[in-house]
Amino acid sequence: MRKPPLSYPLGLTILSMLLLFLMTGSIINGAYHIDFFRTINFISIQPDALDEISRNVLFNIRLPRVLLGILTGSALGVSGAVMQALFRNPLAEPGLVGLSAGASLGAVLAIVMTSSGLLMISISAFICSIATTYTCYLLGRFSNSNSSMVLAGIAINAIVFSIVGLITLNANDAQLRDLTFWNMGSLSAANWQILSLLFPVVMLGIIFLLTRWRLLNAMLLGEREAQHLGFALKSLRRQLILFVALAVAPLVAVTGGIGFVGLVMPHLIRMWLGADHRWVLPASALAGASAITLADWLARVLIAPAELPIGILTSLVGGPFFIWLLIRGHTR
Amino acid sequence: MRILFFIIRFFVLFMMNAYSFAQVTENPIDYPPHAESLLAPHPFIAQQSTKNSGAKRIVALGGGVTEIIFALEQQARLVGIDHSSLYPPDAQRIQSVGYYRNVPIEGVLRLKPDLVIASEQAGPTHSLKHLSSSGIRIEVVSDQPELSSLYKRIMQIAQILGVPERGQLLCDSIEFQLNKSYQYDHQRESVMMIVMRSGKLLGAGRDTAAAKIIDLAFLNNTLNDVKGYRAISAEIVSARMPQSIIITSLSVQSLGGMHAVAQHPALSSSTAARDGRLIELDDLLAQSLGPRLPTAIEIIRRGVVAQ
Repeated sequence: MRKPPLSYPLGLTILSMLLLFLMTGSIINGAYHIDFFRTINFISIQPDALDEISRNVLFNIRLPRVLLGILTGSALGVSGAVMQALFRNPLAEPGLVGLSAGASLGAVLAIVMTSSGLLMISISAFICSIATTYTCYLLGRFSNSNSSMVLAGIAINAIVFSIVGLITLNANDAQLRDLTFWNMGSLSAANWQILSLLFPVVMLGIIFLLTRWRLLNAMLLGEREAQHLGFALKSLRRQLILFVALAVAPLVAVTGGIGFVGLVMPHLIRMWLGADHRWVLPASALAGASAITLADWLARVLIAPAELPIGILTSLVGGPFFIWLLIRGHTR
Repeated sequence: MRILFFIIRFFVLFMMNAYSFAQVTENPIDYPPHAESLLAPHPFIAQQSTKNSGAKRIVALGGGVTEIIFALEQQARLVGIDHSSLYPPDAQRIQSVGYYRNVPIEGVLRLKPDLVIASEQAGPTHSLKHLSSSGIRIEVVSDQPELSSLYKRIMQIAQILGVPERGQLLCDSIEFQLNKSYQYDHQRESVMMIVMRSGKLLGAGRDTAAAKIIDLAFLNNTLNDVKGYRAISAEIVSARMPQSIIITSLSVQSLGGMHAVAQHPALSSSTAARDGRLIELDDLLAQSLGPRLPTAIEIIRRGVVAQ
C-alpha cells in the first residue's frame, strides 16, 4: 500500500479543526445580523447581552440547523465510504440501493395525494425509502455476488423514478414547486424536536458502520478473499445495508435530496489519506460534515435575505473541486 | 463597470415599465361614478382601522399580496417581498426573501419587519410558526383562484394596513368593471388557453386561474374536462375547435411573434387561427386573479369580438 502523504491521526485532527471552525463560523454568521462580541459576552458572562430575537435565532434556528447539517454530512460521508467499499464500486453511494429514490417517491406521494405538512412528508419518505432499499436487498439476495444487488438497485431506481413521474403528472403548480424544492434539499426544517428524534437513530447507524472497518478492508482484496478471511459476507452485507438505511433514510426524509457528498467525500479522503477504512470512515464523516456545514452556511448568506437550496451548492462547489483533484492526480 | 451596470439596470426597468404600460394603461381603472361617496368608511371597518394601521416595516409573502399592497398605494411601507411578486415592476426594487412557499426564517428576520402579510399558500408552516414565536405579527390572507377570494383578500389587506376605505374603493371599481362585461352577448363562445414556451403545448384545464378568467369573461373553456395545466397533443386543438385561442405573451415571444404563432403547425389549421382570433395575454394576467382581472377580461373580450 502506498504510504499516505499525511499520518492518519494528523489528518483526522486537521479535519476536526476544520469542522469546528466551520461550525463556529456558521453559528455566528447568518442572514440575521448578531453582534459577535455580544454573542461571546452572552455565552461567557452576561445573560442579557442579547435581545429576545437574537437569542431565538441563535438557539432555536441556527444551532439546530448546524447540528442537523453535521449529522447529515457525517451520515452521508460514512455511508458513501461503506457503500463504495462494500460494492467495490467507485460510483456507489447511499442512493444506489434506492434510499434517495424511495424518499422522493414518499415525498411525492405525501405532497400530491395529501396536502399535508413536513411531518407527513418525512414519515412517508422514510417508509418508502426503507421499503425501496429492502426490495433492492431482496432482489440482490438471489445471487451470491454484490454486483447483482447493484444492478437490482439501478433497475429499482429507474422504476421508482418513473412512478414519481407518473404521480407528478397529477400535481398542480403549487405542488410542483414544492416537489422541486424538496428535491433540491434544505436543512431549514431543523428544530430541536426533529433533532432529538433523529439523533439516536442516526448515531446508532453511524457508530455501527464505523466499527465495521475490518470487513471493509478485507473487501478491498475481493469478495472471495474476504470470505476466505472468515467474514460471513451474506449476513454482514445485510447488516451493513440495514445500518446505512438506518443512518441515511431518516435524514433524507427530513432534508430532501442532498447529492454529491456521499459520493465524493470518501474519494477525497482516500486520495488524501489512503485506503485504510479504520481511518477513512471517521475521516469521511468529518469531511462530509464539514462540506454540509460550509454549503449550508453559504446557502444562508450568499443571496440573503433569500436562501439557496443546499443540494445545488454541494454539487456546484464540490463538482469543480473534485474535477480539479482528478486532473491534478493524473498530471502528478 | 458599475455605471454600465446601472445603465443596463435602468434600461431593463424602463423597458419593463414600458412593456407593462403598453399592456395595461390602455385600460386605466375606471372608478364608479359614485366613487366619492364610497370614501366614507363603513362604521364596522372604521373601528378596526385605528387598531391596525401602525405597521411600518412590512414583508409581503405572495405575488397576490404584493400587487394589492401596491394597488392600495401602501408600498412605501414594504421592506420585503417574495420571488413571485412580479407585478408591478416597481416591486422589483424591494428586497426579495425568496419564494413564498419556501420562506427562510432568518432572511425575513433580517429585514426586521413588524408585520408579515402572508398568502394562505405561503409556507412551510414551521417557518411561519418560528417567525411568530420570534414576536413578529403574521397575518394570513385568503389566496385562491376565486373572485370571492380576491375581494376578501383586498379587504383583509386593506384592514390590516388601516386603509379599509381604499380597499372598498378598489373592490367597487373591480366590480364595476366586471359588471360592464355583462353587456356582452350571452352566447358563450368557446376558447382555449395555451402556453407553449418550450415547444410543449400546455392547455389550461379547470381549477386554474386562467379557467376562472375565461369563465368570468362569459366564455366556454374547451378544456374543462381536464384539471390544471396539462400537456395536450396538437390534434386536440383541431378536435375541440375553439373559436378563439388565448396564448400567453412569453409563449408568443418564444415562438417569435404573433405571425409565427399563426403559422405553427399545431395552430395553423384551427378555426381560431384562420379567423385571426388568436389572443395574446400577459402571463401574469393569465396566471392569477388580481386587481387587474378586469384588464385581463377586457383583453380577452376584445380579441373574441374581433372580426
